Amino acid sequence: MAHRWTNDLTPADVTPKEVWLNRRQIVAGLGVGIGAGAIAGPGLAYTPDPSLEPNTFEDITTYNNFYEFGTAKEDPAKNAHLLQTEPWSITVNGMVDNPGEYTVEDLIGGFDIEERIYRFRCVEAWSMVIPWNGVELADVLDRVGVQDGARYVAFETVVQPENMIGVRRRVLDFPYVEGLRLDEARHPLTMMATGIYGEPMPKQNGAPIRLVVPWKYGFKSIKSIVRITLTDEEPPTSWNKANAREYGFYSNVNPNVDHPRWSQATERRIGGGLFQRRQPTLMFNGYDEVASLYEGMDLTEFY
Amino acid sequence: MQRVNALLRPIPTWTVYVAGAAWAVWLFYLGLTGGLGADPVEALEHRYGKIALQLIVLGLAATPLCRFARLNLMKFRRAIGVTAFFFVLAHFLVWALLDVQTLSAVWADIVKRPYVTIGMAGFALLIPLALTSNDWSVRRLGAMAWRKLHWLTYPAAVLGALHYVWLVKGFQIEPLIYLTLILALLATRLPQARKRRRAMA
Repeated sequence: MAHRWTNDLTPADVTPKEVWLNRRQIVAGLGVGIGAGAIAGPGLAYTPDPSLEPNTFEDITTYNNFYEFGTAKEDPAKNAHLLQTEPWSITVNGMVDNPGEYTVEDLIGGFDIEERIYRFRCVEAWSMVIPWNGVELADVLDRVGVQDGARYVAFETVVQPENMIGVRRRVLDFPYVEGLRLDEARHPLTMMATGIYGEPMPKQNGAPIRLVVPWKYGFKSIKSIVRITLTDEEPPTSWNKANAREYGFYSNVNPNVDHPRWSQATERRIGGGLFQRRQPTLMFNGYDEVASLYEGMDLTEFY
Repeated sequence: MQRVNALLRPIPTWTVYVAGAAWAVWLFYLGLTGGLGADPVEALEHRYGKIALQLIVLGLAATPLCRFARLNLMKFRRAIGVTAFFFVLAHFLVWALLDVQTLSAVWADIVKRPYVTIGMAGFALLIPLALTSNDWSVRRLGAMAWRKLHWLTYPAAVLGALHYVWLVKGFQIEPLIYLTLILALLATRLPQARKRRRAMA
């Protein structure tokens, strides 16, 4: 169960709550050795990498794209308190052995909640580093039982028009939908997250449960999930429906394929203030271990 | 309205420049000190750009407001226009220096990205207008030529609004409101323009 992927940052690098409440100076480290990270802790030699210092809880929870709650970055923090998360029911259907209505507990109860510090790269060319808490999607898929022939996983975000100003304004064709190829969904990096910094998932970040796919642009990491469908056809995805020329199904972070309206070669790390230098964007957002998933594919065509 | 006009009459036009400069500096200070949220570069860029658009709308509204509502802002029109130009300039500088940061990338964006291209075109159209927004230039060019030159305000305003419409993601109302306002304000001038053309014919 889980722990197939090892953080390149160790739990010791996660800032205790007392510290991050007024932190800025913590330097995160890069764990060394596959499989050793989680137990080795800070005793192991590690290279300090300031670029992997997690963003503050405040940055992560006040600078969001969650268009159901408005299009400005500060809108979700202002408006998402209206989101009703109790009760919460997730419909699992399609090509699964155990279809039905699941609570979050039904879906992930009993699995270890891991802490994973991931880079997060938005398609708008900004980025953060976020310490997520959650489980691997692969474990969830095993629990619901994926049938032979299923090739894709589709996800859907809740729609509560009375609570969601962006839904009433029809910013996108809601409900927001996303999808992954099954092998992407099963990759050990892909997680279902239920928290940040050890806190329950804030509503503006996609409470109570969301997807996190760190090598893809942030919009693939769909929030506040109410449906998971296993299918044999590539499912529609919201931004692709809105503008297919600009947003493809794959949307892997790729510094060599520009968005038609802006360059993806560099990114601005949030949290560095007005004079922060841009930094180069890494292929697959630095997660080279996923490269084999796309072997033989032209990533300019399948953007 | 007469009372509003009477209140406005003693206000010297330089107050518009001072207020504009103070506003710009205040926003920059907020950006420096964390008052503009997690991404002050984006926030400052967008705030300066939107204020520029708002001032352009206000400047274009001066004539119709005077004609249809008898609200007299004509005395402030030049100061509003020049202040709008300075906000466009500030918007451009934040984008070029703090956001994109490298000259080659700035140039690449101007050439390659249509929404940047039209934003730059609008900015370029405003430059001769800002340079000739003084009494000396009006005398030098002659009133008719000066007026014709300053009709460039109209395409510049439309380009600015299109720049905003083009840059957002998804279906968003706000940029469309600016575009509609600007087109409506231009439309109020059509009967006049037609009359002028007929008079010249």
